[in-house]
Amino acid sequence: MIGTGAARLADATNIAPVIQPLAEATGVFSYLWLLIALPLLGATVLLLGGRRTNRWGPYFAVLMVVAAAAYGIALLVGLLGRSADDRAVGQTLFEWVFVGGFTAPMALQLDQLSIVFVLLITIVGSLIHIYSLGYMEHDPDKRKFFGFLNLFVAAMLLLVLADNYLLLYVGWEGVGLASYLLISFWQYKPSAAAAGKKAFVMNRIGDVGLSLAIMLIFVTFGTVVFDEVFAMAGEASESTLTWIGLLLLLAAAGKSAQFPLQAWLLDAMEGPTPVSALIHAATMVTAGVYLIVRSGAIYDQTIFALTAVMVIGVITMFLGAFIGSAKDDIKKSLAGSTMSQIGYMVLAAGLGPVGYVFAIFHLLTHGVFKANLFLGAGSVIHGMNGEQDMRRYGALRKVMVITWLTFMAAYLAIIGIPPFSGFWSKDDIIHAAFEVNVFVGVCAIIAAGITGFYMTRMVIMTFFGKPRWPDDAHPHESKAVMTIPLIILAIGSMFTGMALLFWGDIIDWLTPVTGLEQSPLPFPTILLEIATLVVVLVGVAIAIGMYRKDVPEEAPQDVNILTKAARNSMYDDAINDVLVVQPTYSLSRAFIGVDNRGIDGIVNGLAAFVGGSGERLRRWQTGFARSYALAMVGGAVLVVVVLAVVRLP
Amino acid sequence: MNPDVMVAPEIDYLALLPMIIVGVAAVLGVIVETFVGRGARRPVQLVLVFGSLAGAFAALVWQSSTRSLEVEGALAIDGPGILLMGLVLIVAFVGAMLMAERQLDPAGDSFAPRASALPGSVDERELTKRGYLQTEVWPLFLFAVVGMMLFITSTNLLVMFVALEVMSLPLYLLAGMARRRRLLSQEAALKYFILGAFSSAFFLFGAALVYGFSGSVEFSAIADALAAKPGETALIVIGLAMLVVGLLFKVGAVPFHQWVPDVYQGSPAPVTAFMAAAVKVAAFGAMLRLLYVAFGGLRWDWEPLLWVVAGLTMIVGSIVAIAQTDIKRMIAYSSIAQAGFILIGVSTATAEGLWASIFYLVAYSFTTLGIFAVISMVRDSGGEATRIEQWSGLGRTNPVIATCFAIFMLALAGIPLTSGFIAKFVVFEAALAVDAVALVIVGVIASVIAAFFYVRIIVVMFFRDPIEGAPRVAVPSGFTTLALSISVAVTVILGILPQPVLDLIERAGVFLR
Repeated sequence: MIGTGAARLADATNIAPVIQPLAEATGVFSYLWLLIALPLLGATVLLLGGRRTNRWGPYFAVLMVVAAAAYGIALLVGLLGRSADDRAVGQTLFEWVFVGGFTAPMALQLDQLSIVFVLLITIVGSLIHIYSLGYMEHDPDKRKFFGFLNLFVAAMLLLVLADNYLLLYVGWEGVGLASYLLISFWQYKPSAAAAGKKAFVMNRIGDVGLSLAIMLIFVTFGTVVFDEVFAMAGEASESTLTWIGLLLLLAAAGKSAQFPLQAWLLDAMEGPTPVSALIHAATMVTAGVYLIVRSGAIYDQTIFALTAVMVIGVITMFLGAFIGSAKDDIKKSLAGSTMSQIGYMVLAAGLGPVGYVFAIFHLLTHGVFKANLFLGAGSVIHGMNGEQDMRRYGALRKVMVITWLTFMAAYLAIIGIPPFSGFWSKDDIIHAAFEVNVFVGVCAIIAAGITGFYMTRMVIMTFFGKPRWPDDAHPHESKAVMTIPLIILAIGSMFTGMALLFWGDIIDWLTPVTGLEQSPLPFPTILLEIATLVVVLVGVAIAIGMYRKDVPEEAPQDVNILTKAARNSMYDDAINDVLVVQPTYSLSRAFIGVDNRGIDGIVNGLAAFVGGSGERLRRWQTGFARSYALAMVGGAVLVVVVLAVVRLP
Repeated sequence: MNPDVMVAPEIDYLALLPMIIVGVAAVLGVIVETFVGRGARRPVQLVLVFGSLAGAFAALVWQSSTRSLEVEGALAIDGPGILLMGLVLIVAFVGAMLMAERQLDPAGDSFAPRASALPGSVDERELTKRGYLQTEVWPLFLFAVVGMMLFITSTNLLVMFVALEVMSLPLYLLAGMARRRRLLSQEAALKYFILGAFSSAFFLFGAALVYGFSGSVEFSAIADALAAKPGETALIVIGLAMLVVGLLFKVGAVPFHQWVPDVYQGSPAPVTAFMAAAVKVAAFGAMLRLLYVAFGGLRWDWEPLLWVVAGLTMIVGSIVAIAQTDIKRMIAYSSIAQAGFILIGVSTATAEGLWASIFYLVAYSFTTLGIFAVISMVRDSGGEATRIEQWSGLGRTNPVIATCFAIFMLALAGIPLTSGFIAKFVVFEAALAVDAVALVIVGVIASVIAAFFYVRIIVVMFFRDPIEGAPRVAVPSGFTTLALSISVAVTVILGILPQPVLDLIERAGVFLR
């Protein structure tokens, strides 16, 4: 099936002659599909192989991801060997759907943007796979866990390698499914099962956005292939593009836990910690940012949608930071932080060509240091016998030295202390924000200060102060299989930013795909850097001031409204309940005409009827045939009325 | 033609061979019931059923290049007709496998040992103890299949009405023959019959009005009359409305859907499977032909009507399904919602819409067969265990069966790489091609609402602990196993490689006039 790419590309040029066909995959690129096939093979073997693979399955899964990472690096070398404007490579696997004038090829595309995601996913993915060997060592379903992890990696790679929106959608749903399976992995916890369902349903709301956007794109442009759509983006009307942009934003908000679809991410922390690190920090949740940046050509044409992206980013940036500041559960606090950091990326993407590059840059550095933070938290939780409440931690630096030191590296990275990696990327975003809008720039600086606060709070409560451990906990350092990935990630937290910026030239690398506009600021850049650093240090100082003294083991109740709201995740459950869940159920009840005895009334009644004891219900039941017939007459009248109304004009 | 002389119609028997084979087998089945001893009846009937269905399918393939009007223009053997007949035959074949299963219920197959014995009577217990099986179900089943094939191909309102009855009457009976929960089953059958008769009356009334307008019951003549008399339309529009009501009832579209949950729940699971899959194929086939061939001239009238009905059907079906706690009722409401999606394809009045609807029917019918195959396997001492909470933990006790069911749920929800996704996609695409954007938005929203309860089943199966006295999955014979395997395979393959089937459908072309 491989090799039909040329034919399709020839077709594509017939339809829209302006488009440069992608270079066909040859040489090292000719096995592009292998990148997805390797983890998919792992998932297939582990999930279908059953218990036979229990013993060697997890190692096989690790091997598949490591192999994919190695091939990813080979691809990077291959791309480096090509000139900057010739780095997009396409490969058509087969024609997936072909109806009427519509084609949806199973075609992959590797370019500068995809490759950085491929490397992030496979390399961080490999480290997390290895770490999981230790973390999940005693879990009876270890094999299944690794199968799901491999499935996730395959779907995520498909998402970033797809050359059209429809195939991207397949990957999009695939990562959603894998995420849902992994959140609910400890299914014996009802909270885990509920969290998985919540994540799936809320993601589906986002998915509506994506599917409507794809259809609108197809109706407008007659194609869903990225290059063709982007080449014609200027020809569509602005209102259409605005709608497409807003729908894509809805999709991104669902996947990346942005306001107003952010609620599921906190519950998603029910999953095993390596999952939180891989899916809910480093990779999947950033898919929304990828989608927006990838669709940059559309957003460039519609300032309204672009502004909406920026606004959503700013709101979530604060929302997440507040939640991160108030939660006592270490993972939930980190989840709030993830929301907030993705808010930064979305904000940057909402700046347009000024910010796309920096959104991706921050995404990469964040992927590394946040994976580091989560794995560090996992190591702590592992050592503390599953305890996640930071109020029961304290003084762990003495017993978990490696975890502590590596966590500190990521800590310095996320709050943006030079020369750690977060400094470079966050500073670039703040800089870009000031170029576009001073207010947004100030917001970004303030949020950096809050980041300093909540991260310091977390570090103090966990590693400093006096021990507040539960009686049965005997904290100990984790095994080498867990600490070595931590050390590697800590080195990444220190140097990724610099390496990408100075050695990897990330800005110039991505520019051919994302574009870049820069304008000088009216004041020296160094002032901005100093201001940011000062605000961050103020945040750190406040946290030290507040938590230097003993931390009470129970959370104090006499707190202000904002803290209360943040502890309750900004009341998102209540809001969802009022806005979505309750109306749906009431509507459902109204439709089936059941009174407030509740939904189960019918079925319990029916069961009673079947058992021969529900005399009252029997009458009710036989009454039904009559009322059904009446409803049919009503329906027939409706049919005639509709036909008559259509006739009227 | 001289009206006083009755001329025997010329009949191309070869073209009609598939129907003839099944029809003759059905008649033979009745004779078997009379003359063959009790012990030998079941094997003989099974040979007749599977042999005739396979033979009819072979004849259909052999004659598949036929494109002609037969029997004085009463039947059209054309591309879509042949395709849908083939689909009905395959669905019937798989459905018959489910009906032939007798290892799941310790007492025998899914049917009452004798339908006339009073539920709970000594008589019934005695018959059960002796292991009587009711083999009359087989001829009934074949008659229903003949009715469906006629229904799909008829190009004449009267033939269509007769086909409708030939299809429906055996189904009313089959619905009432469940071995377990017989009261519920009989009630369902009676309700189905009364309401079905009511809808037939609508259809017949409509046919009369249309005849009054056009002076003919033939589709082509109706189309000609519409072209010739564009002004006077009150009569024909009301006639059309009545005909459409009759057909919308059969597909279970809102507001003619109330019978669906009761009947799906009450009927034996194999019958429900056959009914849910094959009746939808036949009724949509007939609806497509009626609207596209006879009433193409009125498309500006019925298109908006179908938009309204399709929208209502998708939304009501999806929302009400959320509140269900019985799995059969939930699937019933889901099938109502699915009918709404197919109606989107019908409402386009284009060739693409026709093909999309047919593809949807293919995808949907196999998924449905698989679903009921699984439902018939999950049992407790009282028969099928259909309360959703009883399915808790199925994923742990029976991972293979639960995974199959999860695949079907994902397909109904329209998740990519399953047949359901492609089906929804082609239907939406056809609708967008005629600018029915609002309808597509309603459809997407409905599919999101629907995802909620499909996922809920998966959650219950995989992420809940089994309850006390949880049902066990009975070990089926080869019949059900094969049927389930076919359903899963089609559901997955159509999601990954739909192109050959899409091509096949496109090659079938459009209806013959």
